[in-house]
Amino acid sequence: MISKKIPKERRVILKNADNPSYSNKITCYIKEGGYDVLKKSIKKKPEEIGEEVLKSGVRGRGGAGFPTGMKWKFLDRKSGKPIYLICNADESEPGTFKDRQIIHKDPHQLIEGMMISAYAIQAKQAFIYIRAEFFEGAKILNRAIAEAKAKGFCGENILGSGYSCDLVVHRGAGAYICGEETGLIESLEGKRPNPRIKPPYFPAVLGLYQCPTIVNNVETLCNVKHIMEMGGETFSKIGKPNNTGTRIWCVSGQVKNPGYFEFECGALTLGEMIYDVCGGLLPGRTLQAVIPGGSSAKILRADERFKGTHKDGTDFDWGIEDIPLDFDGPMAAGTMSGSGGIVVMDDTVDMVEAMANINAFYAHESCGQCTPCREGSLWMKKISSRMCSGDAREEDADLLLSVANQIEGRTICAFGEAAAWPTQSFVKKFRKDFLKKAKTQKRKKDSLQLI
Amino acid sequence: MKLTEDTIQKIDEVISRYPDKRSASLMVIHLVQEELGAVDLEASEWIADLLDLQPINIRELITFYPMLRETPWGETHVRVCRTLPCALRGSYATCKKLEEKLHVKEGCVSSDGKHSIEFMECLADCGEGPVVMVGDQTFENIDEGKAAKLAQLILDDKVADTKEFTSYEKAVESIQSSKS
Ligand SMILES: Cc1cc2nc3c(=O)[nH]c(=O)nc-3n(C[C@H](O)[C@H](O)[C@H](O)COP(=O)(O)O)c2cc1C
Ligand code: SF4
Ligand code: FES
Repeated sequence: MISKKIPKERRVILKNADNPSYSNKITCYIKEGGYDVLKKSIKKKPEEIGEEVLKSGVRGRGGAGFPTGMKWKFLDRKSGKPIYLICNADESEPGTFKDRQIIHKDPHQLIEGMMISAYAIQAKQAFIYIRAEFFEGAKILNRAIAEAKAKGFCGENILGSGYSCDLVVHRGAGAYICGEETGLIESLEGKRPNPRIKPPYFPAVLGLYQCPTIVNNVETLCNVKHIMEMGGETFSKIGKPNNTGTRIWCVSGQVKNPGYFEFECGALTLGEMIYDVCGGLLPGRTLQAVIPGGSSAKILRADERFKGTHKDGTDFDWGIEDIPLDFDGPMAAGTMSGSGGIVVMDDTVDMVEAMANINAFYAHESCGQCTPCREGSLWMKKISSRMCSGDAREEDADLLLSVANQIEGRTICAFGEAAAWPTQSFVKKFRKDFLKKAKTQKRKKDSLQLI
Repeated sequence: MKLTEDTIQKIDEVISRYPDKRSASLMVIHLVQEELGAVDLEASEWIADLLDLQPINIRELITFYPMLRETPWGETHVRVCRTLPCALRGSYATCKKLEEKLHVKEGCVSSDGKHSIEFMECLADCGEGPVVMVGDQTFENIDEGKAAKLAQLILDDKVADTKEFTSYEKAVESIQSSKS
């Protein structure tokens, strides 16, 4: 067999983050050309920036993958109300730890990206909503903002342009639902983070204080800086059509070398990521399953095949290791790239316990305003935990499916799907394990305790 | 209820950042909780008064958010990540070891009020799991064996001296000083 080349990372956003001589102070950032793009951009018309972002084809990195330029276009500018920009730094999807790297190691890149974006949408004020567990991250951001203010990069009259925009760090308090953009907005208003129903509450029309608001992920806003640096056209050539730019993938679970890696979209497959980039599985283990986009994404079984036809008419027939790592690849395989959190499970894992672990997460995090989600997530947790404590029944698999199916599509926010998809996919793809559990009532021999 | 002058000042500053006073609720609660360890009924009433709200508007936040407290955690609060990526690397054993060594069950405070443990949902550092936080500091790859050592450091009050946690702020400071 020809020996394979290990795919090479293309670091755009994480270019400097792990350089040992790089620090998160402003002096270091400026030395690397930092804030030059802001200086350039603030001389342009705000609409021109929006055009470049639209041209770049960049899609949101927070989970849904919605085109950012399009989202900005939806802004209701006619209302005359103030416009707000919010950076979603809640990073709480299990398996995701990319925003952490940017916030802690290169905060000025985020601030520059945000100020360019704020100017582009003519925001009156900008917020960074950061999860409270990032104690140090919040401190780093506050210090960085003070540094940037002192140099005129944010706050009053930015770089003498006459445009002013204050940047405020707002800490959450440990609730996953604050990552959902309308839940986040409620939280930022000082209320319980109960998500709002869309329509009518699309943030771009009725967001913070019922004013037009743009919510974007940390990585997305950093991309804006690079789009303005290289131009939307050039950016759109990175990666693949409809999957432009780089993405930071976070690999966790049972691989030799977990970590975060930045690649051009579609530059490598899931197999290359697991075996070449992450060094493969632990000695003597084989692959059992992968969750490709954070715990909400549907699980993939190692021996599945994925067949279908692309939008351009070409056919595909993939094994799990052939799935391209971009937005559309995992989607074609019936799941999603979500927040880029790839969780790898080897053959030792007890799949019923793994599902019980995930169900416990969703039961804990449901905001509780929709009955199907509040009750359903709790019941899925109760049933799957019971299955792992010696009381599994043969009919539990179908019972779980029936609960999950009653959540999907019946809730105010997408948390309902996020809670239902794991159960639906685990039960469908690992039904044998669920039936076996009912027979033996035991944890799989070498599996770690997972619930 | 007594707060230091410093906290009061910080609270005033935080409120001024928002276009709407109510938006400052969470940040004010954080500041009060940092000083008092918890936000009880009296503190809630005080905050509500300050922000022109009803006490229920503050109470409903404290009862919702996992990190807001009506009673304090121990002097040293240990958070262990429970979610799947960390569990796949042994976080349940990590949590058990810490419970055993610190003589306190997760979710509880030790009888002398010194230690408490909380089994948390994903801490967004999954590549380095099992992840444990002691106070504000993050410790990575804490398997069962390391958990025993970490517990000993906690018991000996020596966590601050160890170099084994990830601190980006400190890492940065050390670069600066070695350069100059
Ligand atoms: C339950 C739930 C949790 C979410 N958590 C996050 C999160 O932690 N961080 C994030 O950036 N987006 C999260 N999102 C997606 C946001 O709602 C929103 O789509 C995103 O912040 C938009 O930014 P983008 O367009 O840059 O991706 C979550 C969505 C849902 C439904
Ligand atoms: S789906 Fe769940 S999390 Fe979303 S609003 Fe309804 S109850 Fe809350
Ligand atoms: S699962 Fe432990 S940090 Fe994410």
